[in-house]
Amino acid sequence: MSESDQPKKKRSLKEQIWDPVAGFGVTFTTQFKKPVTEQYPMQKEPTAPRFHGRHQLNRHPDGLEKCVGCELCAWACPADAIYVEGADNSDEPDAEGNSQRFSPGERYGRVYQINYLRCILCGLCIEACPTRALTMTNEYELADDSRASLIYEKQDLLAPLLPGMEQPPHPMRLGDDEQDYYAPEPRTELFEVPGRETR
Amino acid sequence: MGPSVNDFGHDPWWIILIKVVLVFAICVVLTLFNIWWERRVVARMQHRIGPNMHGPFGLLQSLADGVKLALKEDITPTKADKAVFVLAPVLSCVPAFVTFSVIPFGPTVTMFGHRTPLQLTDMPVAVLFVMAIASIGIYGIVLGGWASGSTYSLLGGLRSSAQMISYEVSMGLALVAVFLYAGSLSTSEIVAAQDKWWFAALLLPSFVIYCISMVGETNRAPFDLPEAEGELVGGFHTEYSSLKFALFFLAEYINLATVSALATTLFLGGWHAPFWIDHAWAGANAGYWPLIWFFGKLLFFVWIFIWLRGSLPRLRYDQFMHLGWKLLLPCSLGWIVVVAVVRMAAIKGDFDPRWWMFAIGLVVTAAVVFGTLRRPERPADIRPTTGGFPTPTLPNGGAVRGAARPLTFGPADGVPALPATSEEAS
Repeated sequence: MSESDQPKKKRSLKEQIWDPVAGFGVTFTTQFKKPVTEQYPMQKEPTAPRFHGRHQLNRHPDGLEKCVGCELCAWACPADAIYVEGADNSDEPDAEGNSQRFSPGERYGRVYQINYLRCILCGLCIEACPTRALTMTNEYELADDSRASLIYEKQDLLAPLLPGMEQPPHPMRLGDDEQDYYAPEPRTELFEVPGRETR
Repeated sequence: MGPSVNDFGHDPWWIILIKVVLVFAICVVLTLFNIWWERRVVARMQHRIGPNMHGPFGLLQSLADGVKLALKEDITPTKADKAVFVLAPVLSCVPAFVTFSVIPFGPTVTMFGHRTPLQLTDMPVAVLFVMAIASIGIYGIVLGGWASGSTYSLLGGLRSSAQMISYEVSMGLALVAVFLYAGSLSTSEIVAAQDKWWFAALLLPSFVIYCISMVGETNRAPFDLPEAEGELVGGFHTEYSSLKFALFFLAEYINLATVSALATTLFLGGWHAPFWIDHAWAGANAGYWPLIWFFGKLLFFVWIFIWLRGSLPRLRYDQFMHLGWKLLLPCSLGWIVVVAVVRMAAIKGDFDPRWWMFAIGLVVTAAVVFGTLRRPERPADIRPTTGGFPTPTLPNGGAVRGAARPLTFGPADGVPALPATSEEAS
């Protein structure tokens, strides 16, 4: 049934005369309202607290990296913006006597790149990360003038060393194995489901 | 107290030179100012601030834009008609400047020891001169569209010519009432005739019709069909760049100022002080002070233009033509008859026609406004197959043919068709 088949509605006088000109009142009064413009480069307003900005690779309290090189973030990424290469940690010192441990546990992310030309800042990588190694900051000024400089390397993404942290590689300071880093007292009750057998 | 036609033509050459330079400067500066003002005001109407970085309040923004335009690459399309392509912007720009020469800015003043009117020149047919020169400006647009060698430009140019010619008719007829009432076509004398009553009050329908048609005449929103960005990619100036484009832009904004100045002169008492200020302050209409009233009124009209642009969506072409030819034109004609009758009756019967004109004018204006706002009823049936609009019949096999045909999952080739599908196929 087309529009023309329906019975025609008679427009009231208000609809014919007032409604077409009502818009003039809107524009007129808006002139005297305060504009919503932000003076951006001169005056930077804070973002929303959970704004999706530039990524950050976090550290454990002793400075070891949280990233275990699992590549789950890269697999989760819908824009294919993340490239990760994992490598093995080792407690054996190398030829110069330096430790070869970057993170607690077996593996660490040897190469970690985020391509901000591709990244859509959706945050799926954050959800995928099993160790909370990858989070997002509120920093949004990511513009640059070359393609190469918009591929952020691991050193660009790593969180700064806070007081008490030590630049890796170094041996684990918080315990003997990685379990001391993750869950000193595992709270198994959180994962118990009634009626299911727990190990 | 204002000058009349006889007061012109007695200036020494250097006074005329000063006036010419001043008029030119006013046109250019007014253009720069109007662009800035339009952007600021329309921004406020949209809850924004607008340009505010260059100079105080962003006043130098349009100057910066002009310099940027001038430094851009000047492209001439290979298919363009070179000579006409270059000539067209000039042809549209020069008349725009020329029309300002008969606009009275103020009364007779003392300029470097000489008594001279604040107006470059005047003639017994000054308003007719403005209309004639403004029509030449249309050539610039049409030729620009044609010479570009591009479909968009040609369409824009054609639409523009059709639009400006249509609205010039109702514009001219709206002015006829002014001529009838003032008894002159000279701008200075029309201003002098509005010493007591503005023609906007006496000839309200003419004023309203002029205001509507001046928007059509200057190709401004909501009548900006020739340039309709979304539809025509800029219309007649699609292929223009750099200074040639700047000239078109300049012409457009000078025309905006011209029609506003003309509306001020013909309907709002020209340089006369508004709101009876001259009753409280005797000097308000003497010396250089009237420049304030004149430019105040002119900028008021420009603000109306901006307000229209900020509020209204673009008209469809047929609605636009409907408004011009079927509403404004007949109303103008009818109103002219009324003006002529009342004027003649007033002269013969020796009475004051002003309140009569005002009252009748109010009724006619109400009719015009009602007609403008009322949407015409849609035709009962617009389906193409039942004798509605003349659309061509669909080709055999439906609208979508060839590779774009929707897939039907029948039996494979070479396999005998099932009864159901064979029925469909037949």
